[in-house]
Amino acid sequence: MKHGKLLLSLQFAFTLAVCAFLVVPVVMSILAGLTVNYFVGLQSGLTLRWVFEVWDAYRDTLFLSLGLALACLALTLLLGVPLAYLLARSRGRLARAIEELLMLPVAVPGLATALGLIVAYGGFAGFRTSAAFILVGHVLFTLPFMVRSVLAVLSVIDLPTLEEGAASLGAGFWQRFRDIVLPNCRNGILAGALMVVTLSVGEFNMTWLLHTPFTKTLPVGLADAYASLRLEIGSAYTLIFFLLITPLLLTLQVLARPRRQSFAAPDNTIENAS
Amino acid sequence: MMQTVPIALENCAKTFADGTRALEAVNLEIAAGETVVLLGPSGCGKTTTLRLIAGLEQPDAGGRVRFGADDVTALPIEKRNVGMVFQSYALFPNMTVAENIAYGLRLRRQSAAEQRARVGEMLALMRIERLAERSIDQLSGGQRQRVALARALAVQPRVLLLDEPLTALDAKLRDTLRFEIDSLLRELGITAIYVTHDQAEAMALGDRIVVMDHGRIAQVGAPREIYQQPASRYVAEFIGTMNRLSGHADGEVFRCAGGYVAWPALPAGAQEILFRPEDTRIAADGEAATLHGTVGAAFFCGNHVRLFVEVGEAQPLVLETPARREYRHGEPVALAIETHGLMVL
Amino acid sequence: MSHSLAISRRQSALLLLPAAIFFTAFFLLPMLRLFFISASGQLGWSAYLAIVSDANYFRALWTTLAVAAVTTLLTLVISAISGVFLQRHAFPGRALLVSALTLPLAFPGVVVGFMVIMLAGRQGLIGEVFALFGGERPVFAYSLAGLCMGYVYFSIPRTILTIMAAAEKLDPRLEEAARSLGGSPWHVVRDVILPGLRPAFVSSGAICFATAVGAFGTAFTLATRIEVLPMLIYTEFTLSANIAMAAALSFSLGAVAWLALALARSAAGATVAAAG
Ligand SMILES: Nc1ncnc2c1ncn2[C@@H]1O[C@H](COP(=O)(O)OP(=O)(O)OP(=O)(O)O)[C@@H](O)[C@H]1O
Ligand SMILES: [Mg+2]
Repeated sequence: MKHGKLLLSLQFAFTLAVCAFLVVPVVMSILAGLTVNYFVGLQSGLTLRWVFEVWDAYRDTLFLSLGLALACLALTLLLGVPLAYLLARSRGRLARAIEELLMLPVAVPGLATALGLIVAYGGFAGFRTSAAFILVGHVLFTLPFMVRSVLAVLSVIDLPTLEEGAASLGAGFWQRFRDIVLPNCRNGILAGALMVVTLSVGEFNMTWLLHTPFTKTLPVGLADAYASLRLEIGSAYTLIFFLLITPLLLTLQVLARPRRQSFAAPDNTIENAS
Repeated sequence: MMQTVPIALENCAKTFADGTRALEAVNLEIAAGETVVLLGPSGCGKTTTLRLIAGLEQPDAGGRVRFGADDVTALPIEKRNVGMVFQSYALFPNMTVAENIAYGLRLRRQSAAEQRARVGEMLALMRIERLAERSIDQLSGGQRQRVALARALAVQPRVLLLDEPLTALDAKLRDTLRFEIDSLLRELGITAIYVTHDQAEAMALGDRIVVMDHGRIAQVGAPREIYQQPASRYVAEFIGTMNRLSGHADGEVFRCAGGYVAWPALPAGAQEILFRPEDTRIAADGEAATLHGTVGAAFFCGNHVRLFVEVGEAQPLVLETPARREYRHGEPVALAIETHGLMVL
Repeated sequence: MSHSLAISRRQSALLLLPAAIFFTAFFLLPMLRLFFISASGQLGWSAYLAIVSDANYFRALWTTLAVAAVTTLLTLVISAISGVFLQRHAFPGRALLVSALTLPLAFPGVVVGFMVIMLAGRQGLIGEVFALFGGERPVFAYSLAGLCMGYVYFSIPRTILTIMAAAEKLDPRLEEAARSLGGSPWHVVRDVILPGLRPAFVSSGAICFATAVGAFGTAFTLATRIEVLPMLIYTEFTLSANIAMAAALSFSLGAVAWLALALARSAAGATVAAAG
């Protein structure tokens, strides 16, 4: 038994170490963003100066990212929810193929998707230089997450019977869609929406190639800052990113808790590697 | 006022897309206000028949479904004005009990006041007033089925269709609800079609029973008729228990392994006679018994004993006898059979 | 039960068309275009051969695959130990620990790169610690080791979640049975737990691998010196304006990532289907 205890303590220590590996750099970067001179260390004093500097120079990127995320959400809802419903109803080979196809922009590296968009539409100057160009990439990347999330919910509720019940009471196709289908996949829509917003806010792979000097998103700005500005500014900028992303993440975790399984299932766990 | 209608199926066959022949061409007429029970073993086509009437399935070419004078064959379910109660309830989890009941009224664009009045009426009818604001997942199975009934009836459907509404409930609740549904259907006088594979339920509820067998109608008739005059061996054996003796006719006497049975009306050439357990009894002391066997098993059921008697047949004879006396395995018994219960099929 | 309420052509079209049009216009057609462009360079279709014949490209390909393989292995080992432990044992603060471990779930690659700099950069923690003991400051953030570290950092949260979910579904009776038959803890791990977690390993390993193959942000933040395929594509495109080669490399990279996922799926059956 002694042996088992030791093993357990080792596992616990290991897990703590992993946790430290993940959390310590976050804490360090937050501190760095609030320190007067990181090279000197904390004794140089704490300041909000870097945060304000970043705010002045880069707040546009924050607003653009938020705007893009919301627009992306609207589009994925509009395109994805009806599609998910159609896929849920027709579980044939064609439906599987569509689902598979839809996954491609996630499986294929973002650089490739971005290159494709540039060679196909780079010539339309008005489009190329607008934020809509980035938006298109984000929608391609996030759409499958919305579809899967809704589809997952639709396939666990007994939709056929619910719809038959509604039809027997006189509901036509669109009435059933509005009154029965949409409300009952609310949780899937919600989880999908959070996923979409989180992924869109963090997307870098495509965005780096799709952006122009006038359409810089938050991650693009971050990469800029990391490359060319002092560490404190990069850190302060990262701090702002954390402030934006943490509430989203916490909500996602709370939402996922009652059925953590499905959240952790491969469905939702594909990268926003950037 | 319910505008209840007679219903007719004409030549309704059903072949599914995968080639399954679920229903042979079926003809069935149901009078206005009648309660008809579709009864049969699993997979015989009960649900399919019900769904044809509901409009959830289309009959094969040539089949017609009529509601009164209307040919509704081409009408989708939402235009047929039927009330439907499902085995799995199919209540909308995104709505409260009251909202569920009001849904059909809302679709019919009734005013809020009308809706409220009708919902109240239905809640009272099903005695679930207390549950109005509950959400569906806070209800027990029995309560759910009451809500489902209320919702189906609220829209004053032309016909009420019930697909094994009680199967998901436990035995006690099933009894209570069966009784409630029975009085409800009688009170409302609505045409109702009720699917079950439970013969006791069928006997209790049906004005008429439709016994189905592999997509065909085996017999249609009042419960008593089906039980006492089954049209075929299939029906005879599906409904209740049937005892069987094999042997040969010898004038007015049927001779078999365990002795003989005297029956003045015995058809010449009969090779087999059938009779119910309740027409079979242990011969009284001193009675001249003609049929002898031994006790194969005796199950004590409280108020009676269910006795299995070996008389040299493949299947033992079954009878029920008062529990006063104890029976031992292997004990010889003499049997008497009531002549009026004998039949040949 | 399958659906029997008819859905008309018009209704299907209204549900499908918005997504179909968008997807065709902005993904299928551009990719088709890109595919033909990949053969429009001096090399023609043999641009694809150059990936194997050109020493530079080939080295980048190998580096990419090696980094991805090491990342996958490290991530799986780390996540398996912690994930099974966390799923099995209740202790105060467990929920907090799980939250902390899944905190970086939404970090983009650039931010992950920055985290690596925080740990192993010129002013990084690891260097500080070594300096404290009078040693030499190791700075490996800007090397392949740093890149690996970043990918592991990125992949741990989602892998731990997947493994915890799989461990939750393991039937404890199997373990009890193994114990009752006299199996040591090590036997139980080898014969019951690991086989039970296999589907989770395959699916999350594939995702981890595909991610490491295609990711760009972390490498971009850490340095332009690191010669992995995504960086190469980027430099071909921006610096050399060699769109054809960039396109050919992109398709090869996409094929590798897709293949990893497809192989995992066929190995684990339907369980990874969702991972696409
Ligand atoms: N959608 C369908 N596609 C193919 N075959 C079907 C379909 N629905 C039912 N069937 C088949 O048709 C036959 C009759 O089915 P039906 O559901 O009517 O039986 P049932 O009498 O209601 O049985 P149960 O008591 O089990 O509910 C069965 O063989 C069944 O497998
Ligand atoms: Mg049925």
